Amino acid sequence: MDRNPMRRQLAIMRQSLFDQGYLDEQFIELEQLQDDANPNFVEEVVTLYYRDSARLILNIQHALERKPFDFNKLDGYMHQFKGSSSSIGANKVKAESTLFREYCRSANAEGCMRAFQQLKKEYATLRKKLEAYFQLARQTGPLETATRPK
Amino acid sequence: MARNGGVTWRRTEKIDGFNFSPTDSTEEVHVLAVDDSLVDRKVIERLLRISSCKVTAVDSGIRALQFLGLDEEKNSDGFNDLKVDLIITDYCMPGMTGYELLKKVKESSVFREIPVVIMSSENVLARIDRCLEEGAEDFIVKPGIFGRRLDSGAVAMSVPCARG
Repeated sequence: MDRNPMRRQLAIMRQSLFDQGYLDEQFIELEQLQDDANPNFVEEVVTLYYRDSARLILNIQHALERKPFDFNKLDGYMHQFKGSSSSIGANKVKAESTLFREYCRSANAEGCMRAFQQLKKEYATLRKKLEAYFQLARQTGPLETATRPK
Repeated sequence: MARNGGVTWRRTEKIDGFNFSPTDSTEEVHVLAVDDSLVDRKVIERLLRISSCKVTAVDSGIRALQFLGLDEEKNSDGFNDLKVDLIITDYCMPGMTGYELLKKVKESSVFREIPVVIMSSENVLARIDRCLEEGAEDFIVKPGIFGRRLDSGAVAMSVPCARG
């Protein structure tokens, strides 16, 4: 058990993100790609994700304002969004993306709108939690640094 | 072995200076990574660099062909210092799909020996079959690949013909 209280807090924060289902093992895979030379890799990827996916969220938003819905287009956007979300281990966001796509495929407009609202909530929640986590990590030094065999 | 992500040049003792000897077994594997997703490109680039590969990452099949010198517009004289040993490409991309890129590479007399690995977030058997039939070396379901630590040995083994 780490004696440093901040590091302990960081570890608890990190574990709860997994326990509560916000993150899945894909996040751990990203952590494995971090090392002393690239200590902020995970934060960089997550930052890139939020910056890049904002565009997709906006596209979906606009597409949901045009009736009737172009379900093909919506599904296409969500496919991309789901892909990136999956790559950073955003578990709940990914689940909502899957749900949205199912509604697209069954041409369920109501379902799409509901799923999108829920998705945006999860997306925003995760962002807040990860921002807090990375902020603490920067102060303490990241927990997970991969040690690779030479 | 360079881990800092830059392209490394290895100078040989030959008079003509920079020269990649294809029989040099300690040479880094050069991978051309193709993916329209910014996030995935960043991750795969990092993964490959950690695995001691040189990486060129592009965002489309068209750009991949341009890099190889296979596009219709440019006429490459065939000499490329940055010889590509392996192509890893996403399947679903706007414009040219990974499958179409695979076909172009396999149709080329110059590049058909380069192994092409396809990545996809969707586990569709027909898609996998189609790619393997067209000559893909492997088909990987994302994001599973990002967990792999490709050691140079494993990557080199998937480069059977490129090394001669």
